[in-house]
Amino acid sequence: MVHWIEGQTGLWEIVIGLEIHAQVTSRAKLFSGAATSFGRAPNTQVALFDAAFPGMLPVINAKCIEQAVRTGLGLNAHINKYSVFARKNYFYADLPAGYQISQHELPIVGPGLVAIDLSDGTSRTIRIERLHLEQDAGKSLHDRHPTLSFIDLNRAGVALMEIVSQPDMHSSEEAAAYVRKLRSILRYLGSCDGNMQEGSLRCDVNVSVRRPDEGFRTRCEIKNINSVRFMIQAIEYEAHRHVRVYESGGRIEQETRLFEASSGKTRAMRSKEMVHDYRYFPDPDLPPLTLDDAFIEDIRTSLPELPDQKKSRFINIYGLPAYAAGILVEDRETAEYYETVAKGRDPKTVANWVMTSLFGALHRSGREISDSPISADHLGQLIDLIGDGTISSHIAKSVFESMLETGQEPLAIVTAKGLKQVTDSKVIEQAIDAVMRRHPDKVALYRGGQVKLLGWFIGQVMKATDGKANPTKLSTLLKERLTES
Amino acid sequence: MTALVDLTLADARIGLNRGDFTSVELTEAHLRAIERRRFLNAFITETPEVAIAQAHASDRRRRAGQVGAMEGLPIAIKDIFCTEGLLTTAASHILDGFRPPYEATVSARLRAAGAVTLGKTNMDEFAMGSSNMTSYYGSVLNPWQRHSAPEIKLVPGGSSGGSAAAVAARLCLAAMGTDTGGSIRQPSSYCGIVGLKPTYGRCSRWGLIAFASSLDQAGPMTRTIRDSALMLGAMSGYDSKDSTSAQVPVPDFEEALTGEIHGLKVGVPCEYRSEGLSPEIVALWDQGIRWLKAAGAESIEISLPHTQYALATYYILAPAEASSNLARYDGVRYGLRKAGNSSLNDMYMQTRAAGFGQEVQRRVLIGTYVLSAGYYDAYYLKAQKVRTLIIRDFQQAFKTVDVILTPTAPTPAFAMGEQMDDPIIMYLNDIFTVPTSLAGLPGLSVPAGLSPEGLPLGLQIIGRPFDEQTVLKVGGVLETAACFTQRPSLAAAT
Repeated sequence: MVHWIEGQTGLWEIVIGLEIHAQVTSRAKLFSGAATSFGRAPNTQVALFDAAFPGMLPVINAKCIEQAVRTGLGLNAHINKYSVFARKNYFYADLPAGYQISQHELPIVGPGLVAIDLSDGTSRTIRIERLHLEQDAGKSLHDRHPTLSFIDLNRAGVALMEIVSQPDMHSSEEAAAYVRKLRSILRYLGSCDGNMQEGSLRCDVNVSVRRPDEGFRTRCEIKNINSVRFMIQAIEYEAHRHVRVYESGGRIEQETRLFEASSGKTRAMRSKEMVHDYRYFPDPDLPPLTLDDAFIEDIRTSLPELPDQKKSRFINIYGLPAYAAGILVEDRETAEYYETVAKGRDPKTVANWVMTSLFGALHRSGREISDSPISADHLGQLIDLIGDGTISSHIAKSVFESMLETGQEPLAIVTAKGLKQVTDSKVIEQAIDAVMRRHPDKVALYRGGQVKLLGWFIGQVMKATDGKANPTKLSTLLKERLTES
Repeated sequence: MTALVDLTLADARIGLNRGDFTSVELTEAHLRAIERRRFLNAFITETPEVAIAQAHASDRRRRAGQVGAMEGLPIAIKDIFCTEGLLTTAASHILDGFRPPYEATVSARLRAAGAVTLGKTNMDEFAMGSSNMTSYYGSVLNPWQRHSAPEIKLVPGGSSGGSAAAVAARLCLAAMGTDTGGSIRQPSSYCGIVGLKPTYGRCSRWGLIAFASSLDQAGPMTRTIRDSALMLGAMSGYDSKDSTSAQVPVPDFEEALTGEIHGLKVGVPCEYRSEGLSPEIVALWDQGIRWLKAAGAESIEISLPHTQYALATYYILAPAEASSNLARYDGVRYGLRKAGNSSLNDMYMQTRAAGFGQEVQRRVLIGTYVLSAGYYDAYYLKAQKVRTLIIRDFQQAFKTVDVILTPTAPTPAFAMGEQMDDPIIMYLNDIFTVPTSLAGLPGLSVPAGLSPEGLPLGLQIIGRPFDEQTVLKVGGVLETAACFTQRPSLAAAT
């Protein structure tokens, strides 16, 4: 989908590349045995190595290597059987060793591909340049004391995967779709929990603009964005800023910028002149990492069904439209929920219930599918109650609301509230007769040709039966009665 | 009977086994020697209480029939090894007051083998130096003196100068050293003792304060070859906490000391016969070749063509690694802190300016420079390539020879204040030891004779990777032939 900014002097294309820092799901840190749980008391998960005590050495955590390879395979990427850890040197208070162990020239994962779906129904492929492993830094707390900064090293040394895309995205929507898709893949793989609020997934966004068919212009990097919504705002702001600067005859300087959520704007953090010279060199404490084929193949064979494969299956097996399939597979638990309900039931009806009623309810209450008050089994039972005529779809909606509140199974609610559908013709006919008796004028009008009044009669009879009359039966009987004379 | 402080490790082990004396007696004798020779400044920290307690515990274990390989034997530890609860300084002001809550793997192994530790020996600051003059805790005095001018104070070499002086002066039976470019071998040569730098990866670096991680290696410093073999066995072995430690079996190194070298091929590298090598060193080297030939070995002239680039390569790579390894000394978590005028960078600068001596600062600056954008390819990367060529030189040589014999150092011990003006001259001390370090090979310095001024001179035996056995065997033959029995004049009285 081409997305242009219409400037005063013509069209501009946005060019976006993303660097995503994804925290590796692992109980221990990348090079030490310290724990990685989020939200613990400051400096309680720190090994001597993490605090850079003299003589302490890194020992690589095999689990993190496995997770990186798993992720590489999930991104259809090339796995480098030979990779090298390098030191990135700079001084900062939350970097105890004075260097971060990262990968520079030889990362563990090379080029890969991610397919994204857009709202207009089109799909695009975004190229991954590389994925490398690195240590996270500690956290500086500047708000605890008027003149001092405090350091929490719990996060120091936690494994991150830095996933670098090519500058293949051309709108904030594409960037957002890319982040969502990447997050979805990572969560399927179990290699990152994708929790943006807790900082498990952070984005650095590189933005530039250019004229149609022109080469790249200078880019700015917006650091550390921790929500998709902020990323969209940041890209929009930044791209329009570039257009404004260019159109007023100015120049864009290559610089690092910060996004301020309060104003929705970006501001300069440091310019190119202040860029660190990181003095990368291979870490002499760690021999090059070599992987054998068996290790990689073992991981490959243990990969779960990934979103793209699942989506195709949903389209083929369940006959769902691509868009619906895409939404249902975005989250592994949602997909599993859907498949549990869809088993032995009409897939489209189930998709409709899950995507409209359930998603709506979850969204309103801010819940995840994993803590949905309505279990997959209960939703299935509800759909069955409609199917076998026990309740109407109309009544089903109110049963659904009760299920949300109480978590009870649908049949219990239907029984307790007496919501069972009335299919007995005699009962329905009595109700029809009562309504007709009360409104002879309307009957006359109907019989005089105003057949649109049928709807009004249905409403009246439904009201009289507390909505329990079987709608099909009601409609048939009503027509018979009204046309009789 | 030989005085307790004059014993070798091996003989002391026999005496303890026989019950001739206890570990407490042996330890007390050494503590007295340390006290009387404090003017040598060989120790930064003496730990007599620790030593006595360990000796008592050792004697109790012995009575209970538990006898480790180093049981009851008093040794000294270079102050670059982290020792649990004991001040550990690397001879730097910047580690003021640092008491690690952990024990280096190699010293822990020696302790587990029953060794008694007398204290932490002086050294060049962060092991950067060849004279022991860069120590924040003052220079160490070599216990040897020139015949003609005994009043001139000589350096013990470096960086393991305190360990070398302590072993030579009979302040301990043996000491742990570390060698990055010659820091065990050169001071061993200057002090007339045996010093072994094992193959890189033979001994764990965990808990060893890093200077240049790809080169640093711990090793024994002793008065005999057998003692080095004994101590190496107790120190070495794979350590899962050090990713560069090698998963190779630890042989019984003493068993290798058969004295049998018939048919063994000894390489003599022509490039080491550089111009300006002093005649006394050349004479000793030739003598060494004759000794080995007399024992049945064959000497073969070999070429190590990239030798001339070794020193330059070393003085790029070692400072590069050091500049990064020493970044952690920032005044934040341990050691010295000089509060700056409120900014973090200012605190870093004040602390590091006050905490690091001149030589350390020089090397941090050189290292930072050679890794900088625009210089990396010309210096660091080029040096890595040359290092590979130097490794190949040795691989090539070891296709035809079993060991290589060279002098350990180009001169005998020099006087304090000499060679101090030009750091390049000082760096030349390592010219024979640095290539071995770059190649990660085992190198052994054996005292082989005295200079006309009565100063000890060492010969170096270089071996194949993880072939310390052959190196020690050849060392044993040289030791027997050289019959080096002289004691330094400032050694503890017997």
